[in-house]
Amino acid sequence: MTRILGISGSLRRDSHNTSLLRAAAEAAGPDIEFVLYDGLKQIPPYDEDDDVHPRPESVARLNEAIGAADAVFFSTPEYNSSIPGQLKNAIDWVSRPVATNALRNKPVAVVGASTGGFGAVWAQAELRKVLAAVGARVLDLELPVPHAHTRFEDGGLTDDEIRTRLEEAIEALADAARAREDRRTAV
Amino acid sequence: MNTTLTIAPAGTWNLDSVHSRVDFEVSYLAGTFKGHFNEIAAKLTVDDERATLEGTTNVASIDVNEENLSAHLQSPDFFDAEQYPELRFTAEDIGLDGDGKVSVDGELTIKGVTQPVTVTGTVTAPMADPYGTERIGLNLTTKVDRTNFGINWNNPLPSGEPSLANDVTILAELQFVKPGDDS
Repeated sequence: MTRILGISGSLRRDSHNTSLLRAAAEAAGPDIEFVLYDGLKQIPPYDEDDDVHPRPESVARLNEAIGAADAVFFSTPEYNSSIPGQLKNAIDWVSRPVATNALRNKPVAVVGASTGGFGAVWAQAELRKVLAAVGARVLDLELPVPHAHTRFEDGGLTDDEIRTRLEEAIEALADAARAREDRRTAV
Repeated sequence: MNTTLTIAPAGTWNLDSVHSRVDFEVSYLAGTFKGHFNEIAAKLTVDDERATLEGTTNVASIDVNEENLSAHLQSPDFFDAEQYPELRFTAEDIGLDGDGKVSVDGELTIKGVTQPVTVTGTVTAPMADPYGTERIGLNLTTKVDRTNFGINWNNPLPSGEPSLANDVTILAELQFVKPGDDS
């Protein structure tokens, strides 16, 4: 069983990106356990003075959730052409200490939804860059979901093409996680 | 009858890793960035006709004097130490060009990609060291385009030019020993 943690970059209750992750959870095959992270709003602003042991409970919880997952699936909106501040802030917490952080070598994939016409492509690109800098194993895939408000009904994904691409992204991520697990058990 | 010059007396030569180094140099920003690998291994095998060399470095032993940078270099952004834990160099035939100069057509494997490389260098005449072993020094250098091995990271300067060059010089200063009596 491959455990994938879904992290939405949006805090909004009816977020399209969170809906996209719920659709991903439904699209995931039977050999995938898809867990949705819901603590992003509780992460405090990064302050090195607060980065002491024990870390803030919300940060420790996020670290544990990432550590317990075989892979992480991000869905991000785009704020002013970039990553939402709270998502970047959470990754900044997780990224420390740099050499041993929970995202290091972890297979990750990034998708994104926006109500505009470009589907958060810039935010996805920037998030991939940040995750690579942190040391994650970033999949070379992109899934922009433009005009997101037209693709969901009562939070459910209604676009079959997006659903197919979502399934492919989840499966690619699970493959990367399984390949990593095979390497680790072969040693 | 042809006489083939070999770079050292016949036998199996083992690396004196304490007195050997593998370094790399690459142009970065306004200078040259240098690093090395602390854990290296190599074996030189010489028979009457040719010398073969096989060497490896442990990517996790990369040393750049800064823990966080070392971690970045080991990440999938660069060498991907978890998936590709070692660099490997093999040469089936090391030729002696005269005056201690050697030329080597070898294969270098970085990040799972194997490419032919041309290596130049020098070899010392065999000497007897104080420890009862014969010893030679083999210095090799080559220049590779890192992007041919899938190491593509860069960070553009405000001018748009890349901050990190693609050409990387690899330098190996190796000392090999073998038992003096060759028994």
